[in-house]
Amino acid sequence: MATTAPGNLLMTTVDRAANWARTRSMFPATFGLACCAIEMMATGAAHYDLARFGMEVFRASPRQADLMIVAGRVSQKMAPVLRQVYDQMPDPKWVISMGACASTGGMFNNYALVQGVDQIVPVDIYVPGCPPGPQSLMHGILSLHDKIMSGEIKN
Amino acid sequence: MNQEREEATEATDTIDIWIAGTEERQFSPTDEGAQEISEHESDRRLDEQFGRVVTDDYVFDDEVGDDERMIVNMGPQHPSTHGVLRLQVELEGEIIRRTKPIIGYLHTGMEKTAEQLTFGQGPTNVTRMDYLAPLHCELAYSLAVERLLGVEVPERAKAIRVLMTELNRASSHLVALATNGMDIGAVSMMIYGFRERESILAFFEKTTGLRMNHNYIRPGGVAADLPAGWKDDVGDILENLPVRIQQYDDLLQNNPIWLSRTKGVGVISGEEATAFGITGPALRAAGVNWDIRKAFPYSGIEQYEFDVPVGEHGDVYDRYRVRVDEIHESLKIVEQVMDSMPKGDYRVDDRKVTPPPRARIDESMEALIHHFKLFTEGFKVPPGETYVAVESPRGELGCYLVSDGQARPYRMHTRAPSFANLQALPIAMGDSLMADTVATIASMDPVMGDVDR
Amino acid sequence: MTELHPVLADLFDGHEAAVVEDSHGQVVVRLDPPSWRPFAEAAKSAGFEVCVDVTAVDWMRQRPERFEVIANLLSMEHKLRLRMITALGRVDPKVDSLVPIWPGANFAEREVYDMFGIAFEGHPDLTRILMPDDWEGHPLRKDFAVGGVPVQFKASHQVD
Repeated sequence: MATTAPGNLLMTTVDRAANWARTRSMFPATFGLACCAIEMMATGAAHYDLARFGMEVFRASPRQADLMIVAGRVSQKMAPVLRQVYDQMPDPKWVISMGACASTGGMFNNYALVQGVDQIVPVDIYVPGCPPGPQSLMHGILSLHDKIMSGEIKN
Repeated sequence: MNQEREEATEATDTIDIWIAGTEERQFSPTDEGAQEISEHESDRRLDEQFGRVVTDDYVFDDEVGDDERMIVNMGPQHPSTHGVLRLQVELEGEIIRRTKPIIGYLHTGMEKTAEQLTFGQGPTNVTRMDYLAPLHCELAYSLAVERLLGVEVPERAKAIRVLMTELNRASSHLVALATNGMDIGAVSMMIYGFRERESILAFFEKTTGLRMNHNYIRPGGVAADLPAGWKDDVGDILENLPVRIQQYDDLLQNNPIWLSRTKGVGVISGEEATAFGITGPALRAAGVNWDIRKAFPYSGIEQYEFDVPVGEHGDVYDRYRVRVDEIHESLKIVEQVMDSMPKGDYRVDDRKVTPPPRARIDESMEALIHHFKLFTEGFKVPPGETYVAVESPRGELGCYLVSDGQARPYRMHTRAPSFANLQALPIAMGDSLMADTVATIASMDPVMGDVDR
Repeated sequence: MTELHPVLADLFDGHEAAVVEDSHGQVVVRLDPPSWRPFAEAAKSAGFEVCVDVTAVDWMRQRPERFEVIANLLSMEHKLRLRMITALGRVDPKVDSLVPIWPGANFAEREVYDMFGIAFEGHPDLTRILMPDDWEGHPLRKDFAVGGVPVQFKASHQVD
């Protein structure tokens, strides 16, 4: 039984089931770099709880993770490491660029930072803020879930 | 053919079975084919073979050749939540012989950016260096600018600064305790620490507008006055926090696992700490009683009574203990500030430095012009150089500021406490186990934004 | 100039080449590069146990000597701070390392080398610390551009 999703995507029940499974237990990879990492940890903590979405288990090994939340500023020295960790993640994988520095370089428009992590890895969701509060990050994560459920983002 | 069979049967009369580790080889097989244990076996050897005796072969004294050493890389992306620190560790079995910390993975060029921003925009830049204690970074910068300008901030501004920085010290130590606990294995510490921190961050959001990286302490005073009802909020924090911190003590203080993983681990002595320029809780845990708030007081902190907790052995346990005690001392100071907050201006009255109140801009042309000039060109600071240090939760956080008379700093350098504290990691980790590394790093509490700037 | 602390007065007595100034209430001593190490050793024996920081300033053409190297010292025993400043020319700037006296100056001197290109003689491991190892140039020099990119608004129609 196929249903149409926005964008004229035909999805079968199997696809819908797969998308449901993927969103309900997405494991983030720890890629906390700077101040945004602290807000990411606060999102996983008790007050704003990521565990209700099945995501409080931040996998240290990229082989076991689906979602890479790039939280913080990416310097020139860190860029190859970022790409390597992204490559080590198995498909399907998604990237959320958290914060102004990860999205565009933020307030540091200089020699030391990569001006936007989308120069290195393909990004699915950009979460603005400096640092984005836990509510903003959760909104970004839930938007990603919605996009995957509706089939807009395949991988 | 018959002769062969005879030889074969002769050879099978006695069966030679060799069991590893035994000398005797005569066994008489039973009917079932199972082996009977020879009577020459001692009970002790039997116990060993059955695994009932455990010999401890964990020795430091074994001479291992140099080619047995292995270089292992830890980081820069690793689960210990201290940011992007890379350690190259030379291991001999499980024992670390040499360490080399490699940093620079978070280098943001903040000192170069500071030369492009005006003095008024400076705090936005500096505050992101030590992102767990942003108000301290702003305070060091603002004090340096004010010293070059030669202005004195009003009493209320000083008191507000003390209030905010001491609350920031508490929230930073809470993160340190949370990550320290989680790294050693007490995962619930993470939840406890961040739960407490939320109440402090809620107050910060009410006062400064942001949970982190506030840009609140600016040259000339603070950005805005405390909100109405702040005494109730701070009173709630003062009531709830000590009770909650008691929960940490209940969890950890007499916990044998915690004690055995933290006592005697990662020891840095007082002389080593002084030689390496380590300051802050790591220095005080080693027994050296040095706190900049007592030695070179700033921002009116000498009016408040507080003690400086000092440890004894300089190990992970002492650093944890010093941090918990410092939270209590900070709350003491906060209570005194709350009771004695002076009335007055929250920023200096000099219109060349601080912007006019928003309401005045509608009424006065002068106010409009001041506002415009301050936010486009910025205020000019007379030429000079100075170094101001404050006691941040990690140690001595200093700002070396050079001005050549323009509206932008000519050179702004931050003396980062974590930068110096990391130099002692090879000493603290030498000849210890790999598992203790995580505890040691967590207890030194480096913030990589501070280290790399 | 305000009165000097007796410890400082004793320290300066032995070094005639040192020029003592008062910078907004802080004691600053200007030295020439050959006296950098001897003065530092004397300061250490006088009670300055901690070298808080080593940094540098690039004055470009504003001063005859291009670079200034600054060392901030702290005496916990006497509760004193002292700043040592020396000036270096723009061609092959070099000064003695303070690491044999205070091991805590290690990372700070590496950072100055990385950011300014000033070499420290006697430093055990003078390599880049903040920038990648193969980076060319010294970022905090004034002739090194900030390196920003022009800000483009991605949905804007006016982007060329």
